[in-house]
Amino acid sequence: MSDSNQELRVSKIKNGTVIDHIAAGQALNVLAILGIDGSGGEEISVGMNVPSDRLGRKDIVKVEGRELSPAEVDVLSLIAPAASINIVREYDVVEKSRVTRPEVVTGILSCPNANCISTEGEPVESRFDVLDDAVRCGYCDTILREDLAEHIATD
Amino acid sequence: MRHDHLISARQLSRGDVEAVLDRAAEFDAGERVARDDDLLGLLFFEPSTRTKMSFDTAMKRLGGDTVDMGTVESSSVKKGESLADTVRVVAGYADALVLRHPSEGAAKLASEFVDVPVINAGDGAGQHPTQTLLDLYTIRENAGLDDITVGIMGDLKYGRTVHSLAGALTEFDVRQHFISPESLRLPKNVRYDLHEAGADVREHTELGGVLPELDVLYVTRIQRERFPDENEYRQVAGEYRIDAETLDAARDDLTVMHPLPRVDEIAPDVDETEYATYFDQAHNGVPVRMALLDMMLPGDGGDGR
Repeated sequence: MSDSNQELRVSKIKNGTVIDHIAAGQALNVLAILGIDGSGGEEISVGMNVPSDRLGRKDIVKVEGRELSPAEVDVLSLIAPAASINIVREYDVVEKSRVTRPEVVTGILSCPNANCISTEGEPVESRFDVLDDAVRCGYCDTILREDLAEHIATD
Repeated sequence: MRHDHLISARQLSRGDVEAVLDRAAEFDAGERVARDDDLLGLLFFEPSTRTKMSFDTAMKRLGGDTVDMGTVESSSVKKGESLADTVRVVAGYADALVLRHPSEGAAKLASEFVDVPVINAGDGAGQHPTQTLLDLYTIRENAGLDDITVGIMGDLKYGRTVHSLAGALTEFDVRQHFISPESLRLPKNVRYDLHEAGADVREHTELGGVLPELDVLYVTRIQRERFPDENEYRQVAGEYRIDAETLDAARDDLTVMHPLPRVDEIAPDVDETEYATYFDQAHNGVPVRMALLDMMLPGDGGDGR
C-alpha cells in the first residue's frame, strides 16, 4: 500500500500541517518538540507505526489550523531527519518541504548537565550547537547524542 | 589575540598561544607598561588562592588596580541575585572581568551580558583557559611545545585544567597519554574535540607502562568528593600517587607539573628532585596573566602597542 493511501487512515485536514515520514515511534516526541499538546485548540491526528515504502514503518502527524514555521521545521530534524512537511490550505497541499538540520537550536532542549548554568534560572534560553550526529550545549559543552526527545524542555 | 572574551581554550589557535607566551616572556624579563587607569573586576564565586591572587598581582604589576566582589556570603549573590545581573553591575565599574564560578558555562553566559572582556577563571568542571596558558608557558620553558609526549594523570573527568590543556595541546605536535581510573576518564565532549582535532591520544589506567616515554607528567588531584564510597576513593587514589621512587623509571629530563593545590598525589620527596616544576608553574601565572590582560584590555597600555 502506498504512503498516500496510508495517510487516509487519519482524517484529511482542511488547513494546517502534515508531518510525514517520521521515524516510527517518534510522533509523540515530534509533538513535544513542537510544544503541541492540543491546549492551543489545535486538532491533532496521529498515525503511528504505519507501513511506509521509504521507511518500512513510519509515523504521521497532522495538525489542523497550524502552519509550522521554518524554525519549527528545522528543529524537527533532530529527531525526525527524514520527515517531510506538507502545508495544507483548503484541503490542498500548497507547500511541500523536507526538514534541514539547523546550526543551532534554541529554547528546545534542556541541558542534561545539572551543573550547567543554563539550567539555573538565569535569564537565558538553552542553546545547542548541532553537530553531525549529536548536539552540544552552547554553555557547558555537554554532548547529547541519544535520546534527544527525553531532553525536550518543558515549561 | 583578537578575542573579546576568553571562555575556553578551544578559542586559542597556536598563534594566539604563542603571542601570549611571547608577551609573557617579555614581562618575565622585566618589561613594564602603564595601565594606571585600568580596573579589573574579580568575581570569584568559589574559593581560589593562586588564580585570584595571580590575577590581582598581574593587574597591579601592569600599573592598574582591581575591584573585588569578595566572598559569595558577603555579596548580593547571597540575596539571590542572578549571575547575569551581578556581571552587568560590575561591568559598569571595571574594564574587564575575571570570573570563577562553580557552574559550567558561567563565563559564557556572563560574556553575553556585558560589553567588557570576560576571562574565564574556571567554571565548574568545564574550562580553565588561563591555567592552560601558564601550563603551556611552563611546558615550553622546560620541554618545548613540539615533538613531545605529555602524560596527564588523575581526575580527567571533572578536572577543568585537564579539559583546557588537552584541547590546547592539539594545536601543537604533542602525543597525549591520559592516565586515570575508569570512572574518571575524559568526558565525552573533550574526547569529541580531541577526535575532531586528529590528536595523537592514548588512554591508560596505570602510569607505569607509559612513564618512561614522557617529557611531561601533569598530575591532578583525584577529588575525594567525587566518590560516593570512601573506600573506593582510597583504593583508587593510592594508585595515582607518585613519589621520588616512582620517578626512578622516568627520563632524567621529565618535568612534573600540577595545577595545585595538591593533597597527597605528589609526595613531598618529589619536591627536592629536578623533576618538580609545580611551584615555578604557579609563579608563571603572573607574567602569563599580565600578558593576557595587556592584550585583552582596551587601549595600548601606554607603550605604543
